[in-house]
Amino acid sequence: MNETNAPLIEVVGLEAFYGRRRILHGVDFSVNRGEIRVIMGGSGSGKSTLLRHIIGLQRPVSGTVRILGVDVGRAGAQELLAVRRKLGVSFQGGALITSMSVGDNVALPLREHTQLDETTIRIMSRLKLEFVNLGGFHDLMPSQLSGGMIKRAALARAIVMDPELLFFDEPSAGLDPVVSAELDELILRLRDALRMTIVVVTHELESAFRIADRITVLDQGDILTTGTVAEVRASENERIQDLLHRRPRSVEVDVDDYLRRLTEEDA
Amino acid sequence: MIADALHLLNRLGRRTVMAVDALGYAAGLLGEAVGFVVSGRRRGQPVRLQAVVEQMRQVGVDAIPIVLLLSFTVGLMLAIQFIATLREFGAQSQVVLAVAKSVTREFGVLITGILVAGRSGSAFAARIGSMSVSQEVDALGVMGIDPVRYLVAPALLAMLVMLPVLTVLADAAAILGAAMYSAPMLDMSVQTYLTQTLSQLTPRDVYEGLAKSIVFALLITVIGVATGFSVTGGAEGVGRATTRAVVLSITALIVADMVFSFFLNR
Repeated sequence: MNETNAPLIEVVGLEAFYGRRRILHGVDFSVNRGEIRVIMGGSGSGKSTLLRHIIGLQRPVSGTVRILGVDVGRAGAQELLAVRRKLGVSFQGGALITSMSVGDNVALPLREHTQLDETTIRIMSRLKLEFVNLGGFHDLMPSQLSGGMIKRAALARAIVMDPELLFFDEPSAGLDPVVSAELDELILRLRDALRMTIVVVTHELESAFRIADRITVLDQGDILTTGTVAEVRASENERIQDLLHRRPRSVEVDVDDYLRRLTEEDA
Repeated sequence: MIADALHLLNRLGRRTVMAVDALGYAAGLLGEAVGFVVSGRRRGQPVRLQAVVEQMRQVGVDAIPIVLLLSFTVGLMLAIQFIATLREFGAQSQVVLAVAKSVTREFGVLITGILVAGRSGSAFAARIGSMSVSQEVDALGVMGIDPVRYLVAPALLAMLVMLPVLTVLADAAAILGAAMYSAPMLDMSVQTYLTQTLSQLTPRDVYEGLAKSIVFALLITVIGVATGFSVTGGAEGVGRATTRAVVLSITALIVADMVFSFFLNR
């Protein structure tokens, strides 16, 4: 396979449903090696659902998802495991294991996937904690950390195996501007220093414009556009401009649909 | 009228499908957990001994005092009831046999099972439930650590080892409790009572209790973890799941116990 040019992530015709509601409408999406891609969209746009499909937490109903050349929907357990070792995910709420100290959380992937001795594991996990400016915090429990520290600790855990691909779900949600700016810097440093390919899901415009090489705008399950920061800013699409200028959506009501929703028994 | 009946039928159907679905899910979990115990190491997903030992401490060792206390009390109570009833036939001395058989076959394992369901079944549901709510289960998954291997397999192994052990301890404590009351009533020493008990017990009696304890261990673990994994709806959901796990597993224990007793004593 062509190592350098093949996209690391390739999503074709992905559809997703919650019950009868369609969340994603035939989404096509691809990410090249070495770029920082931001998936942007309002709440309910399907961006989290897209992320869950890419990292293999949900299997696609139709369409394919390939990461690092592996079809996630059809891969066997072994193949999936091998792929997952090469990617890191930092969840929105951090998702640190609450019963373990920060240091143990960061060391967990190393303990589970490598045969390294305890000293090496300790040094490696502390290195990553230093990288996210949490040096010396390894003995604290997750409940003793602030929101920004939890996100950084989660980031340290996501990168401890030096993944090729890093996913970051809502890095700045619920953080003050200074802390979220620091996280943006961290993300840029990760790409430059560790040469990672990074996918960030966010609804924060400022952060998106700062870190993105390219931005994919998602709205109600459709991809509106994918382009550089300048291209997205210059886009003439009304929905994108709504998002950029914080304008409320104009909702058009279909009378028949409206009546059906009001009267039908099984929602 | 017909609409009502149809509605009811509809609900019944949905409930049935949901129940069968849950049953299938639980069975799947059990199968997966057993799979990891058997061949996890080969597949790069080893079940860690350290995790198993930690679970054994939590579900087993920590439960010893309360199991001993309750079975001692139940043994004492059984002795009181048996002596009162048997006295009417002038057959007080049969209390030794009655207590020995009923404790080893039924009460020891049932008390242990119910206690462990309350302590550990709920703990499994709460732990896994709150972990799925806070995306910790997802995080384990994407780190390439299978949640079933990491969370379920150690719990299952620990329960399979510790529940029989606790059952034996409960049997001993209950018989001792019965001896404390009966021996003076029968004008014999506690030691004589215990020797008589041992001579009247057959290995089969103890095996019956132990076989049940294995089944109980499976039921408690599977119901606890399955309810935990299916938690939705935040902290309130975790609370509901915990209650559900305890009620369901105690119900399952008692029904399984009855079925077992029926087939083993035909």
